Amino acid sequence: MSETPLLRIDRLEAFYGDFQALYGLGLSVMPGQIVAIIGANGAGKSTLLNTIVGLNTARRDAITFDGEAIGGVPPYHIVAKGIALVPEGRKLFASLSVEENLVIGGGVKRPGPWNLAKVYELFPMLAERRASAVTELSGGQQQMVAIGRALMSNPRLLLCDELSLGLAPIVVREIYVQLRAIVASGMAAVIVEQDIGQALKIANYVYCMLEGRMALEGAAGTLTRAAIADAYFGV
Amino acid sequence: MPRALTVSRSSPMTRVASAGVALLVAAMVAAPFLASNDSLRLLIDIYLYVALACLWNFLAGYAGLVSIGQQAFVGLGGYGLFVLAAKAGVPPLVCVPIVGVLAALLSVPIASLLFRLRGAYFAISSWVVADVLRLSAIRTYYLGGGSGMSLPAQVAQSIGKSPHDRFVAVYCVAMALLLIILAAIFLLLRSRNGLALTAIRDNELSARSSGVNVDRTKLIVYVVTAFGTAMIGALIFLQRLRISPDAAFSVNDWTALVIFMVVIGGIGSFEGPIIGALIYILLRETLSNLGPAYLMILGAIAIAVMLVEPRGLWGFVRARWQVQLLPLQLKVVSYKGESL
Amino acid sequence: MQDWINTIIQGVMTGGLYAMFAIGLALIFGVMKLVNIAHGDLIVLAAYVALVVTQSLGLNPLLSLVLVVPIMALIGYLLQRGIFNRTLGGDLMPPLLVSFGLSVILQNGLLQIFSADNKRLQAGAIEVASLRLSDAINIGLLPLIQLVLAVLVIAGLQHLLYRTSIGRSFRAVSDDLRTAQLMGLNNKHVFGLAMALSLAIVALAGVLIAIRANFDPSTGPTRLIFGFEAVIIGGLSSFWGTLAGGIILGVVQAVAASFDPGLQTIAGHLAFLAVLAIRPAGLFGRTA
Repeated sequence: MSETPLLRIDRLEAFYGDFQALYGLGLSVMPGQIVAIIGANGAGKSTLLNTIVGLNTARRDAITFDGEAIGGVPPYHIVAKGIALVPEGRKLFASLSVEENLVIGGGVKRPGPWNLAKVYELFPMLAERRASAVTELSGGQQQMVAIGRALMSNPRLLLCDELSLGLAPIVVREIYVQLRAIVASGMAAVIVEQDIGQALKIANYVYCMLEGRMALEGAAGTLTRAAIADAYFGV
Repeated sequence: MPRALTVSRSSPMTRVASAGVALLVAAMVAAPFLASNDSLRLLIDIYLYVALACLWNFLAGYAGLVSIGQQAFVGLGGYGLFVLAAKAGVPPLVCVPIVGVLAALLSVPIASLLFRLRGAYFAISSWVVADVLRLSAIRTYYLGGGSGMSLPAQVAQSIGKSPHDRFVAVYCVAMALLLIILAAIFLLLRSRNGLALTAIRDNELSARSSGVNVDRTKLIVYVVTAFGTAMIGALIFLQRLRISPDAAFSVNDWTALVIFMVVIGGIGSFEGPIIGALIYILLRETLSNLGPAYLMILGAIAIAVMLVEPRGLWGFVRARWQVQLLPLQLKVVSYKGESL
Repeated sequence: MQDWINTIIQGVMTGGLYAMFAIGLALIFGVMKLVNIAHGDLIVLAAYVALVVTQSLGLNPLLSLVLVVPIMALIGYLLQRGIFNRTLGGDLMPPLLVSFGLSVILQNGLLQIFSADNKRLQAGAIEVASLRLSDAINIGLLPLIQLVLAVLVIAGLQHLLYRTSIGRSFRAVSDDLRTAQLMGLNNKHVFGLAMALSLAIVALAGVLIAIRANFDPSTGPTRLIFGFEAVIIGGLSSFWGTLAGGIILGVVQAVAASFDPGLQTIAGHLAFLAVLAIRPAGLFGRTA
């Protein structure tokens, strides 16, 4: 394939004060691809997503999006360029209603198919509860709001951090079915997942992280359970 | 073979500095025999401002209680001395510790009110308390109302027959007060309470979960600070021989200036407020023709310091050159005395 | 009896003014957890700006608001982006100390430029106009306008916060600063707008009180304290609570002043300390 990657990470380092979280990471995401990132707690998966979206600083050329170096660019610019994050733990705005959470996601006003109507079409349950406080929703419904909020910015790259956290398996399955449909419309996605089975089912390509480094990578079908287990636990 | 490790507070540098401090104290004690009235007055000013700055820093920089109402205790000390000395005939210098104790007692109920609020709300409330005292003083005829009162001549005479004698007497008390306050702060910082304070300063929540009795520690600091501040207030107004509500409870003189000193010198360190106070006195003596603009300039410098280097001058020096003058911080050292 | 009623009415209307002092403070605290100690001095600054505008353009102070409000809003935006934004983000001491320093600088700066003389804004006939409700009850027109304006400001703020996109931004930023950036919000800009809004309200309050009472460079802290007391008495839960707090403070002060004018300020202080002692969350605040 001679396509240029939509997202390219090259020797990415990240620090929290004196503590180094990422050590020279590299990965690429092709347009339309779903990439899964798995790894134990503390491997640095969330740090990676946060750094891509600009919440942590990085070397300018460590992150390239659609040919443009965006390392260290503030988050509000990065969202405008077309990367959206569904944060770990949903992080919905408690003072805003369901609908307001969705609308604020579209604040960046990027052109594209996603708008309030389309999000309600995707998640009809939210339309019924549009005026409710987000704190009244179940975990699964909150996750839908978080995804919808990210979609409202019409991203070309959707980053999802631990969608399954705290949700019942049946709800998780439902959400990932929707995710497949969403991404089929031309978006690329990077999924950070604890649930390895789910990650392997939905992703085209998998990376496994261990203590801030890439321990394993490969197309989803080609990786053996044994190899994954080794990389996951650092044997 | 691993070297044996111990934990120690002192290092070659602190030992040298401690010797220097001893010399300094000796010079301070000798001063009354050598210095002129003007010099004594300047030294008294220095001692009192250094003491005020160290106390405010103790409260804000270590216990995290940023008070903009310490003038309440300065005024309480001043009025307390005037009432006891002029109305009750107590010898003025004896009034000083009495006034300190009274202020310490009063500070307990005040603290119980103020501690209900945090951060900036605590700060503004402390100002309200000071304002209540100021307004009460204005309305109290016994205290001379809005125009205040003067110290009768015979009371001033009782300290010393000649101006020089009076300066020496006040100087000795001021020096003693400064040394006691500095020693008290120093020892408290070295004690268990001191460790608690440093923990609180760094992260209150963690301190609480580690079992530090945060509320009691803060109360101790507040009471000790009130005690010291009131005694300083008593000396300030004893020197001036006059007191009025606006002077006694002045925010500019006893809070704004002090805060600027501490911020510039270095908040949260022992040496910082001392350096800040010395810088202020130096500026005041050399730039005295600037008038009220000096407060603006100091304020601007303090803001700049807070924005650029919040640790202040001493914090910057200490971090940059690894300087440590006083044996306050614990370091891990090898058995040979080299620090790791 | 009618005296009492007049006194209480006076207090209610003054309370509206105090509520306006308080709203500016409460807004900033809500959005960015900043307590601006220079708030009162900025109220006084607005009065001096109005003084310059009215003197050089010959305008009635109420008309001068058309210029003073935008000027103060701009000052607020620049102040926030230039200075306060650098202090935010964790430690509570830098914003406190910087705003305190600013307060001192403002007071002394105004002193240098304008001297310590008492000043007052002259608004002409409206200052003494009054409405007669009955034989003995007179309501000053200007104080009534103040109260109505206070209610309008609060209603306007509620509308802004809950029905506009900028209000949504304020609430989002107040909920979760980090995630708000993911919505394409530039926090620095949002904070600047919040401070601009706060100072716009400050401008209104500052001009109004400067028509009713004398001002000089040192009157700032009192304004801050009254606003602060209104916030604490009313509780932090809502702006209407702040209005109630302001009105209670105004009434307490008016009643005390009817016994002895010198008791006015201290009565307010004592009421504040009493609320602090008995119900620290405020009379209308949620507990804990």
